[in-house]
Amino acid sequence: MQTFDLAAEGLRSLNATLQAQAAETNQTSWDVVNPRGSHAIAVGLDAPIEVHVKGSTGYYCAGMNKQATVHVHGSAGPGVAENMMSGTVIVEGDASQYAGATGNGGTLIIKGNASSRCGISMKGIDIIVHGNIGHMSAFMAQSGNLVVCGNAGDALGDSLYEARLFVRGSVKSLGADCIEKEMRPEHLEILADLLERGGCDARPEEFKRYGSARQLYNFKPDNAY
Amino acid sequence: MCGIVGLFLKDKALEPQLGSMLTDMLITMTDRGPDSAGIAIYGAAQSGHSKLTVQSDAAAKDFDGLADRLASEIGAPVTLTRKDTHAVLDFPADKAAETRAALERIAPGVRVMSAGESIEIYKEVGLPKDVAARFDISSMSGSHGIGHTRMATESAVTTMGAHPFNTGADQCLVHNGSLSNHNSLRRKLLREGVRIETQNDTEVAAAYLTWKMREGATLGEALESSLVDLDGFFTFVVGTEDGFGVVRDPIACKPAVMAETDQYVAFGSEYRALVNLPGIEEARVWEPEPATVYFWKH
Repeated sequence: MQTFDLAAEGLRSLNATLQAQAAETNQTSWDVVNPRGSHAIAVGLDAPIEVHVKGSTGYYCAGMNKQATVHVHGSAGPGVAENMMSGTVIVEGDASQYAGATGNGGTLIIKGNASSRCGISMKGIDIIVHGNIGHMSAFMAQSGNLVVCGNAGDALGDSLYEARLFVRGSVKSLGADCIEKEMRPEHLEILADLLERGGCDARPEEFKRYGSARQLYNFKPDNAY
Repeated sequence: MCGIVGLFLKDKALEPQLGSMLTDMLITMTDRGPDSAGIAIYGAAQSGHSKLTVQSDAAAKDFDGLADRLASEIGAPVTLTRKDTHAVLDFPADKAAETRAALERIAPGVRVMSAGESIEIYKEVGLPKDVAARFDISSMSGSHGIGHTRMATESAVTTMGAHPFNTGADQCLVHNGSLSNHNSLRRKLLREGVRIETQNDTEVAAAYLTWKMREGATLGEALESSLVDLDGFFTFVVGTEDGFGVVRDPIACKPAVMAETDQYVAFGSEYRALVNLPGIEEARVWEPEPATVYFWKH
């Protein structure tokens, strides 16, 4: 296990070191100490390594992640795991705005609450939130799964495409064109897998599924040029 | 962007360190806005006394003999304590309105930064570290305070455009965001006789709160109605003689983090601003909800 003191060695050095790890590296486990809310910690990684950030992070932690597992032992600032391609990001505390935004793949697990715009424009990422999520979450979400064990804020899934949204608690309001949908056996199966991967103490049957009614302008073939 | 910090002390033992803690927090936020900086400190009020914190670009000339001239105008003792371009005028509380009117009459180049019994506002163009050093903020003690570092969007980078803005006696406002209806609201408030001196959007928000409270609203009610009447992006932190409050617009895209322990309640635009506070590892840290008014009082 390698230890990297961010306060002593600096952010550029940290990211350059982690980004230089190859697929066949022997240095597979890293502890980052003294993160002190710094921005852009462990971004652009592309190797099957495990990075433990020992504290809370600022903007854009673990952005553009591929393959790596980034585990934040604290809370994360805005834009955690933004545009993730693959791998896993785990936040032990809360996540601020637009967690997992535009993510193409991989898994984001938030053990606390996520605030507004969680999963905005998600494109294939799986986001599993143990707590609540804020308003405008999954806005224009295109594919992937968003699982919320707590409650969802206003305008959930506004202008949604094909992403699946599973919420156990209440939904303050649904966004334009987002509706509750039938939970069929295949959805329960998908959700059971997601809950297991997220380490959630919840049963799939307790959730409701939400998705796109496909009634907006962009779903009408007559509007195509 | 803009950076905001706020600190409300529950533990009196920390009061001598308020200035240094706030200064450290504000310097951490420098890269959110390096145009100008300001700090409001709420110190111990002296019974029967009131204060004006004033500023002049020609401080040496304007402040020379000012206390004596004011004293003879109002017929009561006035003391002046100068700090760089600012000075604190201290006078009997029952002469507050008279003193302010006399100041305008005899020293038109002197601008009022704050008025009240415990508040002092210091603000200037420049980096937080330089502004804080000019006014020796680190040595100040107090029960609570607010700091702001500005990235100007809506008006010029000037002392008068810097935050915090004094909204009423012992009240102040800082803002991260931008208001889009400030021009029409400014016209309306001017018609109502509210004093507005710059083209700055935040000053309009401050004037709006002043007007609402003049019309009988409490600060909490004024903040609630600001959610309806102000159009734009905002995270506001407000200070009062005995507390501070936080409100974010319903979209809440301007960042905010709060931390609370037995010793304090702290606000930062980012968590980075809070990392040096005592016991932060064990603090309850959370993000304030949109369109929700938060308030802490002594």
